[in-house]
Amino acid sequence: MLIAIASIKLRDLFAVVMLFGIYSFMTATLFMDLDAVDVAFTEAAVGAGVTTVLMLSSLRLTTRWEKIPRHSPLLPLLVVGITGAALVYGTLDAPMLGDAQAPVHQHVAPRYIEQGPVEVGMPNMVTAVLASYRGYDTFGETVVIFTAGLAVLLLLGIQENPDTKPGRTAIGDQLVLRVLVKILIPLILLYALYVQFHGDYGAGGGFQAGVIFATGFVLYDLVFGDGNARLVMPPRWLHRLAALGVLIYGGVGVISLLGGKAFLDYSVLSHDPVHGQHLGVLLVELGVGITVFSIILAIFFAFSGRSRIR
Amino acid sequence: MNGLPGLYNDFIAIFLMMAGFYVVISQGNLVKKLVGLGLFQTSVFIFYISMGKVAGGNAPILTDGVEVYSNPLPHVLILTAIVVGVATTAVGLALVVRIQEAYGTVEEDDIQAQDDAEEWPDDTAQDSSKDTGPDANGSARS
Amino acid sequence: MSFLEHLPVLIVIVPLMAAPICVLLDRPRLAWLVALIAAFSSLFCAIALLSQVLDGSVISYELGGWAAPWGIEYRIDLLGAFVLLIVSAMAAAVLDFAKASVEHEIPTDRIARFYAAFLLALAGLLGIVATGDAFNVFVFLEISSLASYALISMGRDRRALNAAFQYLVMGTIGATFILIGIGFLYMMTGTLNMQDLAERLPAVADTNTVRAGFAFLTVGIGLKLAMFPLHLWLPNAYAYAPSIVSAFLAATATKVALYVMLRFMLGIFGVDFSLHEMPFAWILMVLGVLGILSGSLVAIYQDNVKRMLAYSSVAQIGYMVLGIAIATTAGVTAAVLHMFNHALMKGALFLALGAVVYRLGSVRLNDLSGLGWHMPWTMAAVVVGGLSLIGVPPTVGFISKWYLVIAVLEHGWWPLALVVLIGSVLALIYVWRVLEVAYLRPRPASAPPVSEAPLSMLIPVWLLVIANIYFGIATHLSVGSAERAAALLMGTAPMGGAQ
Repeated sequence: MLIAIASIKLRDLFAVVMLFGIYSFMTATLFMDLDAVDVAFTEAAVGAGVTTVLMLSSLRLTTRWEKIPRHSPLLPLLVVGITGAALVYGTLDAPMLGDAQAPVHQHVAPRYIEQGPVEVGMPNMVTAVLASYRGYDTFGETVVIFTAGLAVLLLLGIQENPDTKPGRTAIGDQLVLRVLVKILIPLILLYALYVQFHGDYGAGGGFQAGVIFATGFVLYDLVFGDGNARLVMPPRWLHRLAALGVLIYGGVGVISLLGGKAFLDYSVLSHDPVHGQHLGVLLVELGVGITVFSIILAIFFAFSGRSRIR
Repeated sequence: MNGLPGLYNDFIAIFLMMAGFYVVISQGNLVKKLVGLGLFQTSVFIFYISMGKVAGGNAPILTDGVEVYSNPLPHVLILTAIVVGVATTAVGLALVVRIQEAYGTVEEDDIQAQDDAEEWPDDTAQDSSKDTGPDANGSARS
Repeated sequence: MSFLEHLPVLIVIVPLMAAPICVLLDRPRLAWLVALIAAFSSLFCAIALLSQVLDGSVISYELGGWAAPWGIEYRIDLLGAFVLLIVSAMAAAVLDFAKASVEHEIPTDRIARFYAAFLLALAGLLGIVATGDAFNVFVFLEISSLASYALISMGRDRRALNAAFQYLVMGTIGATFILIGIGFLYMMTGTLNMQDLAERLPAVADTNTVRAGFAFLTVGIGLKLAMFPLHLWLPNAYAYAPSIVSAFLAATATKVALYVMLRFMLGIFGVDFSLHEMPFAWILMVLGVLGILSGSLVAIYQDNVKRMLAYSSVAQIGYMVLGIAIATTAGVTAAVLHMFNHALMKGALFLALGAVVYRLGSVRLNDLSGLGWHMPWTMAAVVVGGLSLIGVPPTVGFISKWYLVIAVLEHGWWPLALVVLIGSVLALIYVWRVLEVAYLRPRPASAPPVSEAPLSMLIPVWLLVIANIYFGIATHLSVGSAERAAALLMGTAPMGGAQ
């Protein structure tokens, strides 16, 4: 809470962004406490990681210091007050935290918990719901990411040849960092692959894996300078890779259609419906992973490759 | 109101939501607006996840010897919502960068002032002041 | 399952999958062709769906093969099919027009991605309408919103960037409010499926949580709908977006938001709760009236014609909101009917302005002097569109207003009828301002010569113009569908309740 207040008061945007990152991380620990391991994982990777890096990259392109606002804060305060009052009013009747009798736990959800591992064939119920029961939402989510990447590329263009020379790095030449990062990167990439293909048993899945995989490249780029990371992953191919990821996900759906079942019904993929579910989940998670990885990297390149125009 | 302690999480979430919402509508700096938007969204996530918690429950991953699991559905919804949040932030930041390039500032008031000057220009300046975006596609007339 | 049974999902999936294909192709012409084919496939699906549900039946489609409250369901009734038809038909018309206009306004290397974003916006809007799942609405809302932010920001004027940013902030607040509202509902019922929600809500309707959920959904959707006084993002967004984007969004986005409002308020909460128990109808009525008057008044003072039309949209949304607020079948009929008719007139007008931008590069009032004699076909389209906006018979505008006034007078609320009349007079003033400049003022000698827009633009514009007149005379399809959809929503006639 204190962090939230601080971020209202501070005028140094750099500090605001860093605080926001810390706030995200604390939210992630709170999620952990509330049993939402997958969500905590994602929030830590996305909120504390990707968002912070993106915000810092764009601060580099704008200004660090905020001006003193001239408006009177009364009207916004009033609006916020009314909204807050409505929210408090709404929660007064709401079920208590942790109440097992709450309607939320009585309807719909029990089937996920009781039948999920049997019907979809994987212990992680979150993955089962995410990729199968509500697989269409996740398809939508993949498309959201794709749309965002498309939007950023439409706005900033694809940065093919950044004006930064190889060797010139964003944070200067630091030997200790270079050695550390060299050791870390293979581990990060390996870990990403583990998260990708192990999401059906433990926490994680395509989305988290894509983020982590992209983080490996981002880290390399930050420490070793522009140029090399782009040689491995040329920006002009990234958005096509992302499109491919969406098509993999949608393609699985189309195969179900051709198999005479509903869109994204994975049971057509194999003779044994449960096995088919498993295969389908793996495939769509792969699609998600590819899209997320390439879009995050493409967005990062788009920001970092742009030089400041005054 | 005997239930207040049980709603503790909700109230924290509401407070954070309002803090974020306040930042969004009161601040003039576009980057800060986006931070506020992030704050606002993240607190809604807390609100949802609190809903899914079952007292004494475990993370919804099938484990031997565990009977009570928390509700996986809010988790799934929020996973999706987090993605939506970061997507929005990314697009917003890209817009901020372009605004900085086109206007030279990311303060709402300054932008407004420049727009007003453009809306009622001195007659001669009208055409030259347009098409200032770096990606403008050549001349307006063909 | 036969091919026909997959129509509900195909209508969304085809444009959705066509978008990445556009990105992969990365050739402007091919991308345009793919987009066009996708839009026409959706249009075909929409027509087929409408013909299936015309008798009042409902199509349900279980995505992933999971039954409804557990999986996500697509659920299409008459109202849904009707809105699907509006959206996909406008997309097809706009894309017909798009090729030359986009090549003119968008940098060549971005055209393919521009079409991809356009398709995503289309798929998002269609997905919102087709779905029967509350959370799925949020996901597709974000797809269409993110795509529209990108599309709007592609306008050549730098103000497009600021407009897109404002829209992004307002839109995200709206979406987050909707998310909170859905959260409250979920909290009390444990389900996200709309049908299931509708069944389970009455039992818990008398709680603060449900009332708060209702309030948050209303405000959130109101923001997306640009309902007065939450409309501030709209005028600039429409004014500075690329021509075809203005035309497409003006004709569809607010309609879909209105559909979502109808679906949540009447479909899920139910008529009794929304319109009788909550003071919702009265608030809507006041806001609708204020929207009509303020939107029309501000429109009169605009120098940018696109901006003028955008403010006029705020007023037109006011008419639709007013229709819902009357809270009778006739009122909702008028609202649904005006959705269709307004899409036709705004589509025609914004496309005609797109042709003006193509030739002239500007839509400022002063630059239009004498244009009526240099671009006769384009400006004639503006004349008909304008007449429709005012509500002159035999255009569709007249039909909408006629039904709205009838619905109002059913209650004997003649002051509201007066508001509608004043709105028309104000529309007459701002439309006249454009026509006066275009026809009565000579073109200055110093102005560069202009010629008529190319045929590829005129044909789609005139198709819409003819539709404006056709549906103003042959009202069978539009009025019939609207009446029956409204009757189904209000629960007054389960089957074929048309007169």
